[in-house]
Amino acid sequence: MKDLPKPKDFYSRLRHKPGSTDWMDTPVDIRKGMYCYAANPKSLNTLSAPFARDWNPVEEDWKLPENWQQILHEGFKERLERFRSFKVFMDICVRCGACADKCHFFIGTGDPRNMPVLRAELLRSVYRNDFTTFGKLLGRFGGARPMTLNVLKEWWYYMFQCSECRRCSVFCPYGIDTAEITIMGRELLNLLGLNIDWIATPVSNCYMTGNHLGIQPHAYKDMLDFFVDDIEEVTGVRVEPSFNRKGADILFITPSGDVFADPGTYTCMGYMMLFHYLREKYGFDITWSTYASEGGNFGFFTSHETMKRLNAKMYAEAKRLGVKWILGGECGHMWRVINQYMDTMNGPADFLEEPVSPITGTKFENAKSTKMVHIAEFTADLIRNGKLELDKSRNNHLKVTYHDSCNPARGMGLLEEPRYVIRNVCNHFYEMPENTIREQTFCCGSGAGLNAGENMELRMAGGLPRANAVKHVHETHGVNMLACICAIDRAVFPPLMEYWVPEVGVTGLHEMVANALVMPGEKKRETDLRGEPLEGMEGDTDE
Amino acid sequence: MKLAERLTANRSAIVAKWFELVAATYPSDTARFLKSQKDPFSNPVGQSTIGGLRAAFDALLAGADAQAQAEALDPIIRIRAVQAFSPAQATAFILGLKPIVREFLNKDMAGNGAYAELLSLEARIDEMLLTGFDIYLKCRETLFQLKVDLEKNRIYHAFERAGIVTLDPEEPAAPEKK
Repeated sequence: MKDLPKPKDFYSRLRHKPGSTDWMDTPVDIRKGMYCYAANPKSLNTLSAPFARDWNPVEEDWKLPENWQQILHEGFKERLERFRSFKVFMDICVRCGACADKCHFFIGTGDPRNMPVLRAELLRSVYRNDFTTFGKLLGRFGGARPMTLNVLKEWWYYMFQCSECRRCSVFCPYGIDTAEITIMGRELLNLLGLNIDWIATPVSNCYMTGNHLGIQPHAYKDMLDFFVDDIEEVTGVRVEPSFNRKGADILFITPSGDVFADPGTYTCMGYMMLFHYLREKYGFDITWSTYASEGGNFGFFTSHETMKRLNAKMYAEAKRLGVKWILGGECGHMWRVINQYMDTMNGPADFLEEPVSPITGTKFENAKSTKMVHIAEFTADLIRNGKLELDKSRNNHLKVTYHDSCNPARGMGLLEEPRYVIRNVCNHFYEMPENTIREQTFCCGSGAGLNAGENMELRMAGGLPRANAVKHVHETHGVNMLACICAIDRAVFPPLMEYWVPEVGVTGLHEMVANALVMPGEKKRETDLRGEPLEGMEGDTDE
Repeated sequence: MKLAERLTANRSAIVAKWFELVAATYPSDTARFLKSQKDPFSNPVGQSTIGGLRAAFDALLAGADAQAQAEALDPIIRIRAVQAFSPAQATAFILGLKPIVREFLNKDMAGNGAYAELLSLEARIDEMLLTGFDIYLKCRETLFQLKVDLEKNRIYHAFERAGIVTLDPEEPAAPEKK
């Protein structure tokens, strides 16, 4: 009998010994499925980024420059002097643990180094060692440690397991923004050419061609022309988008994901239909740009300078075309960049006018300085003023829940407007549990440039808390559609739902608006924009 | 019947011990969190796990079919399949119920040498099963990866043919062919 395994010994026979050592002594294990591939050196060269080279995260030798520790130390020092918030965030954490269990990556992966406090501690430990007297005197006892190759690998692995969503910061009693620590960590890694390709190549493409995929102007226009045909098929109305038109009132900028990736393409058709409707009814004057063809800004996940460069092109195009202000599509981090950083980087955009809706006369006070208005707010204002004819019943087949995309929600406080729009275009809307929405919204798990394919385990684990809440409303209310206002969400939620709640689809806000919108001169709608038959509106089968 | 009744009477204690065993597969800080946070939305891993174990235990005692067992186990294994576990580590908790039950029934089994030997053999077979599972999944993963790579290349090359993207950043996209 004594040979029989006891319950407590059971797992030890599988040689699994989790976290038995202190985190500083546990070497980083770079696991397949959790990391993104290294940046293509060609992309880094386009951006004149340092130390472009072929390297592989799972190989021992990262081909670092000889003086890499010195480069990091000086980079760290420069940023502590330049960014007061960074210095404060390094100093004031009391390790109360309020943030520890709030991160979707910690909740999903169960890896303690994904607790925001510990992720930040990866940098703080080096900060103490290099820049504080206590750290220098007390060393490890004072939570300090020198920068070694293992520490560097740990930084890289975990700085790219944070989506900069800022949920943790909502719970920090000191207001420490852990996302900004990740931002700094990534900047420092970039000094050694240690970016990931899912960020570096889109940034390079955006810098050279204007959007992440490197779609050239003529091809961008072609894609929208395809949508014109599709819209005509569904509605019988031929919309006429205008491109690069000087003297238009408003410039429209949206993430390129809306133009090339399903289901974002239906949201894009939604914008086109809305603009056409407004032009027919109220003489609304808007133009698309095939040059400022990207709202997303992966530069934000690289460095301040890169973010600034990519943000500037949108305003340069607005200036070139001589528009009054900019209307922005359903994007996530584009809005965080606009709302939090644009003004001090490239602003104020005083060559543009303070945005006023030409249809309702509403002044968008919050966009007074950036001159860029969020389309959810713009549409909510139209509905509020009774300017849209809507047939909600066309969305009756949808039972909708709404995911507050992190950046518009926490980064700019856009909480009510999307809900107001949904309630006016759909009859069935159900909220997810309170501690998973609005300011406390759970990230999609793939933001901040982590929406690659090779890190699928990370994405599925990071998206678990969000999917778990969707599953709840699916089971309790029969929810079958997850709405969001971010192109990354629209790209990453379909596989996330497929894994956790396969019965739920994904949509943008303006796809639902367009399905409900009664277009002047339209034919009887028999299908929605996806070509799915609308219940009770099918055509006669015998001609 | 007698055994099932006895186990049903000890349901909460056995499931608690089982959950303890699963939680112990995580680092200690994580295990603490999994056990203490009761909100299902703040702690989906812990709460899905204990819910799944309860359902699996009930299905087992009720002699439910494989479908019912799969429904109980799916939420747990789905989570563990994307965490830092080998296939064996991800699934071994199922067999972990055996030593827990045995411990509960220990007194009954004492003094019966042949029965103990049988159980010992049973434990070894369990381990062998898990090892086999590791190998199986590795093969499957390789196949999946091959499929993904193929699909990815096909899509990107289709885009490239359409002149929409260029795979080489130094080359301009191919001219549009009408």
